[in-house]
Amino acid sequence: MDRSKKESTMARFKKEFTKGLIISNPVFVLVLGLCPTLAVSTSIDNALGMTLAVLIVLLGSNIIISAIGRFVPNITRIPIFIVIIATLVTVVNLLFHANLPDTYESLGIFLPLVVVNCIILGRAEAFASKNSVVYSIADALGITVGFMLALLMLSFIRQVLGTGSLTAFGIHCFTLPVLGEHPISIFILPAGAFLVIGLLMALFKRTGVIKND
Amino acid sequence: MTNLVAIFLGMALINNFILVRFLGLCPFFGVSKKTNSAVSMGVAVTLVMTISSLATWLIRHYILIPYDAEYMDIVIYILVIATLVQIVELFIKKTNLELYNAFGIYLPLITTNCAVLGITLINATQGYSLSGSIVAALGGGVGFTLVLLMMSGIREKLELADTPKSMKGLPIAFITAMLLSLAFIGFGGMI
Repeated sequence: MDRSKKESTMARFKKEFTKGLIISNPVFVLVLGLCPTLAVSTSIDNALGMTLAVLIVLLGSNIIISAIGRFVPNITRIPIFIVIIATLVTVVNLLFHANLPDTYESLGIFLPLVVVNCIILGRAEAFASKNSVVYSIADALGITVGFMLALLMLSFIRQVLGTGSLTAFGIHCFTLPVLGEHPISIFILPAGAFLVIGLLMALFKRTGVIKND
Repeated sequence: MTNLVAIFLGMALINNFILVRFLGLCPFFGVSKKTNSAVSMGVAVTLVMTISSLATWLIRHYILIPYDAEYMDIVIYILVIATLVQIVELFIKKTNLELYNAFGIYLPLITTNCAVLGITLINATQGYSLSGSIVAALGGGVGFTLVLLMMSGIREKLELADTPKSMKGLPIAFITAMLLSLAFIGFGGMI
């Protein structure tokens, strides 16, 4: 009896984790948090830095909000959630400033803007406030990995086509033959972000990876 | 004075909030299907951006900096914005019911619009004066409204166009945004 219950907990944990990857991918399916996604997808470094910030804030807010969810009066829940999230973002902001100064500089105002990232408040409201701590952790991890996948896809395409080479964490990976000398710089410009996400979304719809309307 | 004009044009056109800075994309794609709602949203955002720029400038220079509490800016700003949105909503509801109905759901949604928190953070990092902050907020709001209006006009026409099935909806909206963004690069050499 006890054993089967434990197994079902594991199964549910797995289910909540995997749903964030594709079925409800935050970027391509739920279309949440577009601003940071498009703004920081100019390089792999920025994409991973943003993912780390979202991971810490989302994990923290999901844990805290699922733990206090039933004590929070319904009418004041949104301000309470926002203050919790803003506090976590302040912590992340200070941590990045002290330990990852380069990432802090290149993310710019998009690091403090994690506060108004719809993914975080959206998960707090739609999932964490109604579910237990364990499942909220699974949800946070799944959504973050889904966010990371989308962000890596976008930034890989934009960095490789826009600069003709790939450099991550200061390590030079490769330089493309012709593009290295004549990169298609539109991909690094803001316009390139709109182009790449539009085409990727159309491709996923065409191939049936995502089914949203 | 020329400085203020430069800030205004820089915020409205050269560093347009939506197309260049990627701030406020959720309402940009969510509310740009009808021209009327696009204008309401744009005006509401401009109003809240201007008032919160004024309020956060005063708080920053008379409370946060004297007491060395600048590290608290994110928490304070988001609370100020949330409170201001509530006050503006109540004020409009009491004074002009027609306008209130025109804004509808868009007014409360502005709290989580990154353009509003964005302008307060930009004002702080750029170190604008009080008048500079207000002009920057107005410029940003005007640029936001302009792009929202253009996008809604295009999308109304796009509804009738024969787009491929997999491009319908958001993908074609992204491509349209890309073309608009390309056009706005042209403002780059203006100042």
